[in-house]
This record gives sequence, C-alpha cells and structure tokens, in this order.
Amino acid sequence: MCGIVGLYAKKKNISANLGLHLSKMLESMSDRGPDSAGLAIFGKPIAKRAKIMVQSQSPEDDFQKLKKFLSTKKEISFSFETHSTHAVIKLDVKQKDKVINLINDTFPNLRILSVGKKMEIYKEVGRPAEVVKRFDIAKMKGSHGIGHTRMATESEVTTLGAHPFSTGEDQCLVHNGSLSNHNSLRRELMRKEMTFETENDSEVAASFITYRMNSGKTLKEALESALVELDGFYTFVVGTENGFGVLRDPIACKPAVLAETPDYVAFGSEYRALTSLPKIEKAKVWEPEPATVYFWGH
Amino acid sequence: MNILDFNKLSLRDINKTLQGSDKNSFFSIRNPKGSHALAVGINKQITVKVVGSVGYYFAGMNKLSDIKVEGSAGPGLGENMMSGNIHVTGDVSQYAGASGHGGSILVEGNASSRCGISMKGVDIIVKGNVGHMSAFMAQKGNLVIFGNAGHALGDSIYEANIYVAGEVASLGADCIEKKMTKKHLSNLENILSNANVSDYNPDTFRRFGSARSLYNFNVDNAKIY
Repeated sequence: MCGIVGLYAKKKNISANLGLHLSKMLESMSDRGPDSAGLAIFGKPIAKRAKIMVQSQSPEDDFQKLKKFLSTKKEISFSFETHSTHAVIKLDVKQKDKVINLINDTFPNLRILSVGKKMEIYKEVGRPAEVVKRFDIAKMKGSHGIGHTRMATESEVTTLGAHPFSTGEDQCLVHNGSLSNHNSLRRELMRKEMTFETENDSEVAASFITYRMNSGKTLKEALESALVELDGFYTFVVGTENGFGVLRDPIACKPAVLAETPDYVAFGSEYRALTSLPKIEKAKVWEPEPATVYFWGH
Repeated sequence: MNILDFNKLSLRDINKTLQGSDKNSFFSIRNPKGSHALAVGINKQITVKVVGSVGYYFAGMNKLSDIKVEGSAGPGLGENMMSGNIHVTGDVSQYAGASGHGGSILVEGNASSRCGISMKGVDIIVKGNVGHMSAFMAQKGNLVIFGNAGHALGDSIYEANIYVAGEVASLGADCIEKKMTKKHLSNLENILSNANVSDYNPDTFRRFGSARSLYNFNVDNAKIY
C-alpha cells in the first residue's frame, strides 16, 4: 500500500511550521504504511555551504569517531548535528566531495543518505509517529517537504529501504506502487555508472530520474520519460531544490489527492492526510490526472 | 434529527448506530475527516447527511437508505449498492458505484477512473467528467455523464446504457455509439427525474452501448492464442 504526503509552502505561516504539518500528515498515513517512515525537508540554504546526511546503526559510537576523524583534518571546517541515528554535517561546498570520499573510504558502517544545499532526509524503521518523534520533525522549518509511510512489498524492511530515496543532490523521490522492470533498469543504469544501495524498486525510479536530469533533462522531461520506460504501478512525488513534482502511471490505481490554497499546495495519498492542514475545508481539492506531470516550484 | 460527531464518537460506534437505527430515522454526521467505510451496510430506509468529505468505500452495500455527502468521497463509493440513493455534492474518486445492483448515485462534481465498473443495474449520474475505463464490463443499468468521458469508455461492456453530453476521449473494446431512440430518451429522462435533476437539454446526450461482438468466441481469433 504505502502512504505519501507532500507540502509546499507559499507563505511564511506554513514554512515556519512545515515540520509540524508534515508530522501530522505522515502520522495520519500510518495504516497505509506502518513498517517505516521518512521525510525530506528542504530548509534555508547557507551561502557556499553544503549538507551531508549520514546514517548509522550504532550512532553513538560511529558519530563520535567520525567527528573526531574530521576534526583531525585541519583544512575542513564543519559543523556536526546529531538527530538520533542521523547526523547532518554542514561544510564548505568545495570540501563536500572530499568529505564524501573520506566517509566512504574510512567508515564502511556509515551510509550517506543525501547531499545538497537545502535537503535533509530522515528515515527509519518503525511506526510513523515514532519516526517523526525520534527526529523531532515537528520543530523543523522549510520551504517544502515530502514524506512516506512504507508497507514493504518489493524488498526488505530496513532503514535504507525506507523512502525518500535520494540519488542526486537536493533530489529525492517517494513512491507508492511497485515496478516490474526495475531489475533490468537497474542493470542498465549501473552500466551508466549510477550506484545503488538497495534492491528496492523505488531507488531505481529515483536513480532513473536523477540520471535523466544529469543528462540535461528538466524534471518534467525526466518524469515524462519515466512514463515510457518504467513498467508498473506508481504514484511518485519528487522533491527538488525548488519544489515538488507529482506523477501517476497511466492506469492510476494508486491513489492521490492534491489541495491548494493561497498558503500552500499539499499532496496526500488520500484526503485523510490533508485534514490537519489550515483552512483545508476552503482549499481547492482534486485528483491529479493519470500520466500527467504536475510541479510546483519557488 | 440525530447528530453523530466524529470528534466524539468512533467510526464503529457511528456505523453501529446507523445500522441499528429505526426505519425513517434521520442522521447528520459531522467531522468525518476522510474516514473510511462510513455508512456501509445500511439495509433500511433511513436518511443520512454527512457534512464534510469521506474516504474509501463510503456507503458500500447500501440498501434502501438515502445518503447525502456535502463534500467529496474517496475510492469505492457505494460499492455493490443494492438500492436507495447516494448523492455527493463534490467529486468522487476511483470505481464509484462498482458492481452496483440497483438504486441511484448522483455526483455533482467529477468522478475519477473506472466509474461504474462491472455495474449490474445501478443508475449513476455524474454532472462533471468521468475518468478512463468507466463502465468497464458493465452488465446492466445506466451511466449518465454530463461532462466528458476519459479513454476506453465502456470497455468490454455486456449491456447497460451510457449517455454522454460532453466529449468521449475514446471508446473501449466492443463499445459503440447507438441511436438515441424515443425509448432511450424517455429512459434518460426517467433516470434524471428520479434523481431530481432537471437542468439539462436531452438533445445534447449521445448513447453508447455494447456491439455484442464479444458475446461469443470468434473462431477467426483462434490463431491469436
């Protein structure tokens, strides 16, 4: 099944409470996906700074070692925030690639969840209410964010199998559905030097879109090519630096509802996900058309 | 009038009250917040008004009762309905009226894909548009569409009448346009008058139905298998 939510703020009253709204939306989708949950929050960028999100199964030990290790590298100035099993490393954008390589080479137990200027990804195994509490999502601010509650069908229940999947800087994807040609597509993308962390079908969709965008396509073009190349059932919500996009497969079995007011655009797998939003009773609410790309951007 | 408020009562309590109520009772339901399976399995003549939008499988298996939603409804509205009336002032999601045997569904907004899939006698009136694969494998009853119909309308239809005032994106396998006879025009007028719909021009409607060419296996197709 799975549940998806998304919120795009048009006004400050929404962005100031983005985490709170998204937490409530995500919790309302618990019975669509009780085994894991995750969110991507796009916050304010700091000039010339980048964010690296890392995840560990034994955070106390691993993060201390990582912090110590990075401190020995005099040329790297960074800040380090831990949120339960996740940590955000903020650093000079020029040192980003070097630090990513250092982490990958020296700390095989750590996983890099995302890299970007704005995006932070938080995802874990467990009920959505526990996951949002663990990371204190309700206190977070941002211009937009997307979230997912997972009921696993295609691969195992692990932290890395939870959504969102990020395969490019400030890009991520959440998926409700299942893809049938993900193995062949994964092999094809691997030949094009895309790398994969899991056996999950949704990661292939994320990677497919990142690959297309890296080749110079716009998000709209990338999503349109997904309609041709991806076989299976899907409702996707894709987060980028500027906003989020929505795409449903042509059969459109997987549910989707959009709502718009002067203050926000919201996405939910069903109307229940939207009922906690301010003035929802006055919102324009509609179902996105099959095989049609939607996007809202700042 | 009895008010049943989701802020005070659980879904199970509300459904139990509706199902166990006396004939001719009137209920007003508040704050449904997209709840699933509300007002299902009612089998007596009662009146229910819901203020707000409802979720999946609203009023499933309805028998005899008169139900109105002031808002929109999620997937599977009135599934396998037997009789009575359901009226939605907003939109409805996928497969509204699926496999309905009788009664009438009136949607003032749009219906999504697969509206009236496998319908078996229900009348469905949609004042807006319907999505793709509507009236798929329809067996009996009437689907009246004031707006446009999506792709593959009436695919593999057995019987049932489809009346469309707007555009049809495409017809499904074995669905064809048919002549609007006097009999069919009066059928259309009856359906709409039963649902208290009067603001329409009957001349704008076209009729679609089964070519009945899939009823029997055609030996010329044997080589396909």
